[in-house]
Amino acid sequence: MQTSFNKFRLSNGLQVLLKEIHTAPLISNWVWYRVGSRDERTGITGISHWSEHMQFKGTPEFPANILDKAIAREGGYWNAFTFLDWTTYFETMPADKIDLAMRLEADRMNNSLFDAEELESERTVIISERQGHENEPLFLLGEEVQAAAFRVHPYHHEIIGDLADLQSMSREDLYNHYRAYYVPGNAVVAIAGDFETESMLARIRELFEPIPSGGEAPRLVRPEPVQSGERRVLVEGPGETTYVQAAYHAPAAADPDFFPYLVTDSLLTGPSNLNMFGGGISNKTSRLYRALVEGELAVSVSGGLTATIDPFLHTIVLTIHPRATAEQAVAALDDEIKRLQDAPPPEAEVKRAVKQARALFAYGSESISNQAFWMGYSEMFGTYDWFLTYLDRLESVTPDEVQRIARAYLRPGNRVLGTYLPSASNSEQVA
Amino acid sequence: MVKGSVDRMVQKAPFRSEFAFRARAQNPDLQPGSPSLGSLPGADDITRVQLPNGIVVLARPNHNSPSVIVQGSVSTGGLFDPDEQLGLADFTAAALMRGTHARSFQEIYDALESSGASLGISGGTHTSGFSGKALAEDLDLLLQLLAESLRQPSFPEEQVQRLRAQILTRLAIRAQDTGEMASLMFDEIVYAGHPYARPEDGFPETIENISTEDLVAFHRMHFGPRGMAIAVVGAVDPNQAIEKVAQVLGDWENPGQPEPPVLPPVAPPEDPLTRRVEIPGKYQSDLVLGTAGPERRAPDYLAAALGNSVLGQFGMMGRIGDAVREKAGLAYYAYSSLAGGLGPGPWSVTAGVDPANVERAAELIRAEIARFVAEPVDEDELADVQTNFIGRLPLSLESNSGVAAAILNLERYDLGLNYYREYPDAIRAITREQVLESARRYLDPQRLAVAIAGPPAPGGESG
Repeated sequence: MQTSFNKFRLSNGLQVLLKEIHTAPLISNWVWYRVGSRDERTGITGISHWSEHMQFKGTPEFPANILDKAIAREGGYWNAFTFLDWTTYFETMPADKIDLAMRLEADRMNNSLFDAEELESERTVIISERQGHENEPLFLLGEEVQAAAFRVHPYHHEIIGDLADLQSMSREDLYNHYRAYYVPGNAVVAIAGDFETESMLARIRELFEPIPSGGEAPRLVRPEPVQSGERRVLVEGPGETTYVQAAYHAPAAADPDFFPYLVTDSLLTGPSNLNMFGGGISNKTSRLYRALVEGELAVSVSGGLTATIDPFLHTIVLTIHPRATAEQAVAALDDEIKRLQDAPPPEAEVKRAVKQARALFAYGSESISNQAFWMGYSEMFGTYDWFLTYLDRLESVTPDEVQRIARAYLRPGNRVLGTYLPSASNSEQVA
Repeated sequence: MVKGSVDRMVQKAPFRSEFAFRARAQNPDLQPGSPSLGSLPGADDITRVQLPNGIVVLARPNHNSPSVIVQGSVSTGGLFDPDEQLGLADFTAAALMRGTHARSFQEIYDALESSGASLGISGGTHTSGFSGKALAEDLDLLLQLLAESLRQPSFPEEQVQRLRAQILTRLAIRAQDTGEMASLMFDEIVYAGHPYARPEDGFPETIENISTEDLVAFHRMHFGPRGMAIAVVGAVDPNQAIEKVAQVLGDWENPGQPEPPVLPPVAPPEDPLTRRVEIPGKYQSDLVLGTAGPERRAPDYLAAALGNSVLGQFGMMGRIGDAVREKAGLAYYAYSSLAGGLGPGPWSVTAGVDPANVERAAELIRAEIARFVAEPVDEDELADVQTNFIGRLPLSLESNSGVAAAILNLERYDLGLNYYREYPDAIRAITREQVLESARRYLDPQRLAVAIAGPPAPGGESG
């Protein structure tokens, strides 16, 4: 993969990352804001995500119904995502049409209307989005596990927000949030594709430099106290299938432990995938698959770490086999973890995890959208260097470090153990 | 028709529920988000060879990334399932990689995963598909494993029983999924008496009816080279790619392989046109509304596809998205889709709504369909979707998998190797009148099937 790129900072504080890739006549344009559910206090949970929706509701120059059509008409693909730590908007377009996307992003960084009527109509859309999530047992379970894991830190609540807040937030709340966080000093523009850096930078200056820098974005600093003792959560709901989610407090992305932990997770639940576009690979030779699925205690195993600013969670999700119980599956999970704590893994197993990561990188680098995504994404919790050195840092992980990680983090006292129990099977047991 | 294979349940993604996506509708012809080499694929850069045993091999090089994609299909699927063993073709396809005469399940996946490669085989209605990717240096391995799985599966008893439990769990999860259940019910209404009424992943009782011997017999009878197509796209020379495929699949024969069944015509659905599936304890209902649409090869398919985009795709889910989401604020997603395919797949509208708002949403959708068949789309609307269809083509061909899917479509639907080069002219030639004509041919606002899955209706009524 080509690694050369250019980094700039405009006078108003806007960070700019540019990477020329001339393999296809396409450009992918991303604007990242350092705002997400971590910045939300009680009463306004979900406000970052709702603000993201409002960014599609128009400015004086690009009214609501014009925006989507303008991009789609030119054959572009666009979307936006709200996360714990950040919010991002992107457009991937034929190279000769990208100016439209750049004008649009510069415009809505400063001029979004947050029209009161549009805002009310979006309130019910987002509540509907939440109801859709609530139909999924794994959402219901994940929400409770996350809340149990973070009593103090704002990672406590789901990105979509709590229904009570979605019902009560005002236009003033939303507009103030937009004003506080959607400022050049709090944003990163990351563009990859078929352009010349000099002229692209000139155009970015033209479009973005007139935007006033804005104040310092407010931050909510509420570190999570160390957890003492295992926490258990039970969720009951419809269906026939039992799920288990084990969530271990994990290091932040910039922590040196993050990389050996990635390898540890890869051994347990399968290869880690950093690609936004393009799927991963199967995990049928991972330790937990072999123990739990081959052992007919679960029908599927998945898991992963999340790269975040503050320590978040390493989660392992089990779909329990119809003829097994959650307790049996958790016992087998604990046995596998103990095996890793007792003895370092074979060197070859660690090397294999690195080769898998390398292959996934190659798949991801086919896509220009992925290449642009990676630049901005790594900037949100570290720097693009984090990404460029990712494979090297994985390569330097030793079997002993994997064992150390398993001992340090994969302890019952460091986890929340959540179970989704179908209410039907529960009532059968009672009867 | 959302269908998931068992394997999809264990895929890892970088992010899970933490993301709050905006709903995006799928394009009918090509998957979004995929890229390219400056030129659209055509006769001069797609290599197409038919092996003596009937397998069609397609190849296109891309040396910009060191990876390679192998994708294609075998000409058998759920259409061959006996009613009492629905899901047989799907189960068979899913079992192919559970062990071969050369390797055990763990050996197969150890070879794949150690190389960072992946391969999956899954059933469909008309065909069974396969898709694999690897670093180019591991192409031989990928093809070897594909050939072994297709030709010499061993169906180990223990693995078959394990897979059965996974399929049954998936079906139990499906029974709780409002979107999938609405879609299933919709197919039952629209395709009554037609094979499309049957879900290719079957039902728990039909899966229980399938023995290991049945899998062995189905595989022996139905899997063969006739009708098979395979595309190899990526960092490999096309002639070399074709030679490699011929080496592992060129001597495959199955003289008894049956011809694809002839589909009966779709009869107009009988009353009642509206049916509900109750799934207690859910927070949102899913609504699917529509009818049978054109085959991919129908002369009016592209006109219908452009119309469908105006109706429920373009921008933020077209006219339907505008009415149901943007104006009424009733749903996070409300969009139309046109399946196309080898037979008359559905032309339908899908929406996820608050159980209390189902009727209101259905009325808004019906009103949009009524307008859609009453008057031609505006000139501006047609021009928008025409430029969108043409403009998004390079983006859909960005990745190797996008290119592989695109050139396999050429084969599947007899479109000709220069189809993508001629596509812009074909799209531009379509008129508002043709769009209206195709809409009227398929969509009758008085005869739309409506399937609703969700919690019992508020107020206690049901039915």
